[in-house]
Amino acid sequence: MRYLGGILATVIALGLWQAIVSLTGVRRFILPPPALVAETWFDNRALIFEHTLVTATEIGLGLLVGAVLGIATALTLAASDFARLTVRPILVFTQALPVFALAPILTLWLGFGMGSKIAMAVLIIYFPITSAFFDGLMRTPPGYLDLAQTMGASKWRTLWRIRVPAALPSLGSGLRLAAVYAPIGAVIGEWVGSSSGLGYLMLLANGRAKTDLMFAALLTLGVLSIVLYLTVNWLTLAYLKRHSPGV
Amino acid sequence: MTAAPGIRFSGRASVDGVAVFDRLELVLEPGGWTCLLGVSGVGKTTILRLIAGLPTGAAFEGAIAANDGAGLGARVAYMAQSDLLLPWATVEENVTLGARLRGEAPDHARARRLVADVGLDAHAAKKPNALSGGQRQRVALARTLMEDRPVILLDEPFSALDARTRAEMQELAFRLLDGRTVLLVTHDPGEAARLADKIVVMTETGAEEVATPPGSAPRAMSDPAFHAAQAALFARLGAA
Repeated sequence: MRYLGGILATVIALGLWQAIVSLTGVRRFILPPPALVAETWFDNRALIFEHTLVTATEIGLGLLVGAVLGIATALTLAASDFARLTVRPILVFTQALPVFALAPILTLWLGFGMGSKIAMAVLIIYFPITSAFFDGLMRTPPGYLDLAQTMGASKWRTLWRIRVPAALPSLGSGLRLAAVYAPIGAVIGEWVGSSSGLGYLMLLANGRAKTDLMFAALLTLGVLSIVLYLTVNWLTLAYLKRHSPGV
Repeated sequence: MTAAPGIRFSGRASVDGVAVFDRLELVLEPGGWTCLLGVSGVGKTTILRLIAGLPTGAAFEGAIAANDGAGLGARVAYMAQSDLLLPWATVEENVTLGARLRGEAPDHARARRLVADVGLDAHAAKKPNALSGGQRQRVALARTLMEDRPVILLDEPFSALDARTRAEMQELAFRLLDGRTVLLVTHDPGEAARLADKIVVMTETGAEEVATPPGSAPRAMSDPAFHAAQAALFARLGAA
């Protein structure tokens, strides 16, 4: 029952796609029929897998580095009034810059390899993680802080033993958001300049009017993103359920 | 635990120039239960928080002093209406929270003894969500006792419990907090009539001490004198 909706939606979408192709007679290089895309995907599975591995690595490393940096920044902001005063405006300003516009510079600085793509993914997820975790750290239930104060707690132990664990659900929301954004960052990086990855494969296929291969790569990217999101979603929720049951 | 001091509170508190209470005097008897009884919004919690040294959002002019001349800061323990148990910590970890927040090594043997004292030995390794509301408030009581402070500030800690659980908790807290200076803030005349060595009724016009019912606390609920006292206290709250 749980999966029925998804299966039904897929069947409807494929049906519509096929109907459009059949009814309009659109050329194959404009919109290939689903069966052809499936066939192309199967014929090129080794190629697609190779590029998927590259993109997945970029996304994974981007998520890891972005999460570490975001968590560290949020902790610094929560612990220090001075950091809040000085670092926050910088953060807000960098958010006003469209991250996409930085992609060419990153490629210039870090080259055509994975580095610039990982940096793009990091940049795009850094702010959502920082801001979600920071919000959580600043919204500790006041009763806990009252209790800590009457117990003679130090500021650091209050942060570590109360504010951080109480903010983990917020960090979880930030990580789930990051799982959605990270693939966008990696693929934009690949579009600007690369020699491998699903974004590169899509550009390559598009340039040679191999629209069927482009669709195959695009759908693979979609599946990769969904699997990534579901994994992060499951991991964070399962951890929180164990960590703070009933919250 | 060091000897329980008496506490004298006097002064006025205001928020944006509007008085919460004015020229109020409250004396907590050493080693006894003082019940501060009043309707919601009359400033009872503000007084308790001022004594606890917690932020109130009100400007306070006055004095809070212990009769032995020493400071109060590290001598109070606080228990609120909400149990404030950390959902990620087990019962025993919650009870030893104070030591861990101060960077001291927790006395696990004593923690287990206190958990047993409140009747939860079988639940020491559970997390709060596995407990009932009454059990959770017992853990909060054990946590308060673990701090071993001579002054205990109770801000309506029993008011969210059902009638039977509340009566049990009142008796348990009264027995285990014996010998300490206790301030119980409550809006329940019955609770004040049951537990108080001294009752102070707080209304918009000020605070006034009222005679306690005969007999020593905790008073039996079947006692007619208890009912009369409860009714009299209720009338005083209504008359304000």
